[in-house]
Amino acid sequence: MNTELLMQLVVNGLIVGTLYGVVAMCFVLIYKSTRVVNFAQGEFLLIGAWTCWWLLMKFELPFWFGFPLTLAFMVVFGIALQVIVLRPMIGEPIISVIMVTIGLSIFFQALMGLLFGHETKSFPQVFETTSVNILGMQVQSAYILSMVISVLVMVAFYYFFKYSRTGLAMRATAFDQQVAQSLGISVKHVFAAAWAISAVVSALAGIVIGMVNGVSSALSFFGIKVFPVVILGGLDSIVGSVIGGLIIGVLENVAEFADSQWLHIGNLYVIAPFYALIIILMIKPYGLFGTKDIERI
Amino acid sequence: MSHTATQSEAAEPLLTLNNIEVVYDEVILVLRGVSLEVPKGEIVTLLGPNGAGKSTTLKAISGLLGTEDGKVTRGSVQFMGEDIANSAPEQIVRQGIFQVMEGRRIIGDMTVHENLRLGAYTRKDKEINSDIEMVYNYFPRLKERTGLAGYLSGGEQQMLAIGRAMMARPKLMLLDEPSMGLSPLLVKEVFNIIQTINREQGITMLLVEQNANIALKHATYGYVMESGKIVMDGTRDELMNNEDIKQFYLGGGEERRSFKNLKSYKRRKRWL
Ligand SMILES: Nc1ncnc2c1ncn2[C@@H]1O[C@H](COP(=O)(O)OP(=O)(O)OP(=O)(O)O)[C@@H](O)[C@H]1O
Ligand SMILES: [Mg+2]
Repeated sequence: MNTELLMQLVVNGLIVGTLYGVVAMCFVLIYKSTRVVNFAQGEFLLIGAWTCWWLLMKFELPFWFGFPLTLAFMVVFGIALQVIVLRPMIGEPIISVIMVTIGLSIFFQALMGLLFGHETKSFPQVFETTSVNILGMQVQSAYILSMVISVLVMVAFYYFFKYSRTGLAMRATAFDQQVAQSLGISVKHVFAAAWAISAVVSALAGIVIGMVNGVSSALSFFGIKVFPVVILGGLDSIVGSVIGGLIIGVLENVAEFADSQWLHIGNLYVIAPFYALIIILMIKPYGLFGTKDIERI
Repeated sequence: MSHTATQSEAAEPLLTLNNIEVVYDEVILVLRGVSLEVPKGEIVTLLGPNGAGKSTTLKAISGLLGTEDGKVTRGSVQFMGEDIANSAPEQIVRQGIFQVMEGRRIIGDMTVHENLRLGAYTRKDKEINSDIEMVYNYFPRLKERTGLAGYLSGGEQQMLAIGRAMMARPKLMLLDEPSMGLSPLLVKEVFNIIQTINREQGITMLLVEQNANIALKHATYGYVMESGKIVMDGTRDELMNNEDIKQFYLGGGEERRSFKNLKSYKRRKRWL
């Protein structure tokens, strides 16, 4: 058995897993505070990455300017999406809301294809990429950067929800909307903030991945990977989404390893998380950290 | 009503409900012309049986009706000279009215401290932390509870709900059945603290209760509501000595009432 390769794959899994965790947190943030299952989460990555690419390539903006500009755009985009599309859906059956987010996903997917084409395009070189030696393994500095950014995002989420006024208001709204309103919290603002934060952080993840792998519609696949992650971690648990992300990230790499060594089924990297998803649903339908009484769809 | 006369001589009441009508889901008429006054600095109680419309009255004042598809369709809610009927709850909280909802409704997956901080959501001043200490002074046992608020006992949750309301620094606190589900000893303790807060912090209170005994002990004035209408009102002493109140709310009236009397009482009520 090739332990060195296995170790390398586990490290890859952890790196990609933290990214899954970040995207899953964004998904959970929306689900927890607005009870919307956002099937367009992956498109947020796509839109963010393309917007940043466009600003940097077409307008030749420096990264330090194009990047914050992209994030600012995503704030506006997230709020607009909530206010224009999702707010009128409040009180509609959950299945209608799901249909709407699936529709959004298809629409943005097509729109991005139309605007930017279907080939993978690479970002201008923003940071020097070198190979770093960690415990005898070669890891690209870009991966380390992506991991550092992911961890920073997670820490920021933690402090946001634990100490900030808006973060507490979001948790209160997630717990009991009527109580939140009795405290003077505007639920409308909380909903808009949830979508804005989710859009910005997803875009950040999209840009990070885009800088490593190039920008293409493959980015939106992260939005689908989010489902095994959040089902494992629990649909409404932020902590669960981080741990779920790491587990799924490692799982798919190890599955790939097992496949190449012994099984030879092919494509296990892509499929394994979804097998896991089905098994989790059978044995632990609320995930590792999910609240028991939430409705399953 | 003699009450109204003495009040208007003194000062404008802090809160005046003027013949309000409340409808849920556009068709269910629940309040049919409710009028009441809450003078500044006092504790006024609103009594009545299940389903009378007490909670609905409080929600009409705090604006929470809107969250249940309810609406004030007639009359006015005057608070400090302004009509606040059907305003958004977040606006009403900012104007100084805070409702402690029935069943306490603390945020179970947050700590005591976080719940208190959220009570001050509408404030941006620097005194929030010192106010948290003030709340702990009124409810010392809350300070010892460091876990999640969901694990607090019923009495502690009620204390937290009241403490959280204090954090908003309201002018008027609406309390919905604070005695619910508490042991008699705890009810006494909670009501004593409510009275202390009223006196020391100058917070005016409108107190909904089914436990008329304890409510009338602490209130200066009371209203009795049945089927969406005020059927009686009076000062604490007037109500405590009223035979009907004794019979139906305080328990253990002087003489057993005959069925005939009971019917006459009901008939009289209808015309009030
Ligand atoms: N959201 C709602 N939608 C429709 N009807 C409602 C709603 N809330 C209350 N009602 C009805 O209004 C009436 C008064 O209810 P309310 O909760 O105000 O009574 P209450 O006096 O507080 O009773 P309790 O002492 O049991 O709390 C009841 O008949 C109730 O069924
Ligand atoms: Mg009630």
